Amino acid sequence: MMPSDQHGLRKPEDSRWAAFRDRLSRGWYKFSRNRISLIGGAMVLFFVFLASFAHFVTPYPHHAGAYTDFANAFEPPSAAHWFGTDSLGADVLTRIVFGSQISFMLAGVVLGISVPFGIFVGLLAGYVGGKTETLIMRITDIFLSLPALVMALAICAAFTPSIDKAMLAVASIWWTWHCRLVHGITRSIKTEEFVQASRVLGASHLRIIFRDILPNCASPIIVKITLDAGFVILVGAGLSFLGLGAQPPAEDLGTMISIGSKYLPERWWMTVFPSLAIFLIILGFNLLGDGLRDALAVEEGV
Amino acid sequence: MCDPILGADDLKKHFPLHYGLLHRVRGYVKAVDGVTFEVLPGEIFGLVGESGSGKSTVAKTLVHLYGATSGTIWLKGRDVSQLDKRTSKWFRREIQMVFQDPKSSLNPRRDVMSTLEDPLVIYGLAKSRRERESIVRSLLEQVEMSSRYMYKHPSALSGGQRQRIAIARALAVNPSFLVLDEPTSALDVSVQAKLIGLFVRLREELGLSYLFITHNLSLVRTIAARAAVMYVGRIYELGPVEQLFRHPVHPYTRTLIAAAPVVSQAEERVKPRKMSRGGEIPSLITPPSGCAFHPRCSAAETRCSEELPSVVEVKPGHLVRCWRAQELANSNGLEDAVGRGEPASNMRNTRRP
Amino acid sequence: MAERSLLLDVRNLHVHFRVYEGLSRVLDGVSLQVREGERVGLVGETGCGKTVAMKAAMGILKSPPARFPAGEVFLAGRDVLKMSPTEILAMKGKLIAMIFQDPLSSLNPVFTVGQQMFDVIRYGRRRAGDGKRAVRATLRRTAIEALLSVRLPDPERMLKMYPLELSGGMRQRALIAMALVNRPRLLVADEPGTALDVTIQAQILELLKGLVKEAQIAVLMITHDLGVVREIAERVYIMYAGQVAETGQAMAILDAPEHPYTKGLMASVPRLTGEVLAEGIPGTVPDYTEAPPGCRFHPRCAHRMDICGERKPLPVETAAGRYVACYLYGGESHV
Repeated sequence: MMPSDQHGLRKPEDSRWAAFRDRLSRGWYKFSRNRISLIGGAMVLFFVFLASFAHFVTPYPHHAGAYTDFANAFEPPSAAHWFGTDSLGADVLTRIVFGSQISFMLAGVVLGISVPFGIFVGLLAGYVGGKTETLIMRITDIFLSLPALVMALAICAAFTPSIDKAMLAVASIWWTWHCRLVHGITRSIKTEEFVQASRVLGASHLRIIFRDILPNCASPIIVKITLDAGFVILVGAGLSFLGLGAQPPAEDLGTMISIGSKYLPERWWMTVFPSLAIFLIILGFNLLGDGLRDALAVEEGV
Repeated sequence: MCDPILGADDLKKHFPLHYGLLHRVRGYVKAVDGVTFEVLPGEIFGLVGESGSGKSTVAKTLVHLYGATSGTIWLKGRDVSQLDKRTSKWFRREIQMVFQDPKSSLNPRRDVMSTLEDPLVIYGLAKSRRERESIVRSLLEQVEMSSRYMYKHPSALSGGQRQRIAIARALAVNPSFLVLDEPTSALDVSVQAKLIGLFVRLREELGLSYLFITHNLSLVRTIAARAAVMYVGRIYELGPVEQLFRHPVHPYTRTLIAAAPVVSQAEERVKPRKMSRGGEIPSLITPPSGCAFHPRCSAAETRCSEELPSVVEVKPGHLVRCWRAQELANSNGLEDAVGRGEPASNMRNTRRP
Repeated sequence: MAERSLLLDVRNLHVHFRVYEGLSRVLDGVSLQVREGERVGLVGETGCGKTVAMKAAMGILKSPPARFPAGEVFLAGRDVLKMSPTEILAMKGKLIAMIFQDPLSSLNPVFTVGQQMFDVIRYGRRRAGDGKRAVRATLRRTAIEALLSVRLPDPERMLKMYPLELSGGMRQRALIAMALVNRPRLLVADEPGTALDVTIQAQILELLKGLVKEAQIAVLMITHDLGVVREIAERVYIMYAGQVAETGQAMAILDAPEHPYTKGLMASVPRLTGEVLAEGIPGTVPDYTEAPPGCRFHPRCAHRMDICGERKPLPVETAAGRYVACYLYGGESHV
């Protein structure tokens, strides 16, 4: 348990790469100890794989998009159509996979915009402090006090509904979470001795921000992004459910549920399976995120 | 007597307290309230005190982590109370600091190489990565660590090893003065001893001077040449350690030494009698008036609570801030005799202060 | 002196942990005893296993990941390692009180001192089988008495205060009051003075010593601070890397250490008299996943012999009540 000089340096880490590999395998060890996070990770990988290779893995890839075949509409689950067909005759399973593509894309774009912006603003507020900090954080607080879905709704409803407006709407409020996260970390790290040491060494502010503060935000941000992915997908699906997000025929899971709900309870498969899909995707992200949080925290562990 | 390498004159650091809705200033934490001392070249100067004494704040103010509220700071003959761009560059390469907590003095996300090459990059002390690597290797050698640790992260290092890296980092810019803020307080005794040995060697090899801050009196006695005792933001006694420990004058100094944990009978015998009536360390926001120790002092007079005592030089180099300094210094011999258990007939008049 | 009864009896305890690198053999045959009314110190540097030993003895070591391949722990005659957590809890309530290092984190910041004290008193009475629910007045009275006994001024006011309003010294006193209020037979203190200032620590230790002497409470004090040990402990166990190096009267060991490790340690302690310091002990603490065989100190020992690395030395009695685990003092090896 205690590192030692003469005895115990197992592998002389004379290269950064070797050291990195060692930390990676340690991190994996910690992560894999927890069954649940492994399951979550597997689930996420599975769904992302499906969505990425939708064209190749779905039984009826041509059923995606604008497809009609009224003759085969409303078929219950069968050997030919595992999840049945929908009101237009398209295979539900295929449309779920393609729908999840859209959901993932939504999450990707939203997080891709909001996270960097949130980090930037959070760093600024936390490092500079004073009035700037107060101003930024009060604005953030205002945004945070309103429920994400409601805010997105309001923004979306102001324009003609479409997937891009939905993405912008969600992104425009999502940055606040990351801002607050990074702000908190920055503030607490600012007072750590190694930052003080950097200041005494004469490091410039930029240097301190990029080499001392930012790397320490990495783990919490990664964990948050993972947990966020699920939640963003949920918000996106919620918007679509209300008709404000993805529009048919490029339906995402929320739209499918919305359309399918009209046919409950007789044609249950049109609602149940997309719902199950969302549930499992979000669950996967949550489990993965939790596992990552534990693994990453311990890896840095002091 | 050669010129001091570092000096502080009536140094003050008051932290404003903001609270309330509009963050108005409503008071001050007088962490450092008029501190004056000098460190001679090549000397180890000890600064002792308990928590709240302000010793850490003195350290941080000296290296400009905090801007001083008032007072002057001298380094190698130059006035460094205010730092402009040019002085700053020079200043940072002359004086460096080693911090207390090995757990947080190194960035957990950076490996040893990254941490140590930082100063090299900032000051352009190496032209290529290879050169940086070789300088880092020699730094590690200087602090007696194998270069096998170059790519390790702090979490893989023990407390003692982390402190060595912190020292190496401070040495990277080739300073002439090191401020050591309780560098061994968080370490085990045997690890501390090794590190102290390293400090002593480095001082000789590199011609460094130290300001060594600690609450461990025995440690100061062992390695410092001169020392100052701080209490609630001020220095109340200063002098050569021999003097300070054999004949402490100020009641607080005596109380402090008397309370020091010791491990042998021999050490018990050299302890002075404490001159305190119990009590807690006062707040820095509302410190006691006059001499801050007066509420706990068994020798306090009315004057002590009214006016801050002026500094008296009871012996050459031995300064005491106390209204009864001379008196206490004179009765010292008798007091210490009592402490050592010598027969009462040796004393002419044992006045209990 | 009549044999006082054994409160804590740890016999040849081995504790292992499963970690990334393999099997961490932290404790390698630790034996220690605390008798009724005795003040015992468990001393060692960071990583020597003293906290693990204490936790195992108190039955609060989580297992897994800890494993107990050999050895026994008896608390007041009962085998702790074989008891269920509920049984341990029930037994401990009447028998043991613990105080930890940092008084701030040991006290709940959102409850007043009074509320926490009442909790402790109520819990203690319930454990003692005192059926009827304690009346508030009795609680108050007991609490105030306890606070007075630790010389806290104005106990009535103190009951209404929150931990953050108190200074470190006062918090520690409050903690001691809470620990002693139910009259435990054994007080386990884990580095009690570390977070405090020197002058305050001196006061607290003096207080503690007085209280336990008066009430004849046994104390197991875990610390790395030799000065503290000298103040409080009558007997002491010096631990190194999961083994007990030597044990005996505290003063005797501090003044004349026998085991090479203890000698090295004592030579590294700065003295108020200002003698030159030794430079610690060469080498470093071993890695518990690759611990050296035999005496774990032998790689760092200037007096090592071949046998030291082969078999672990059994304690040798060098004086009455004084034992050293070292071949320099004779003795057969541990099979």
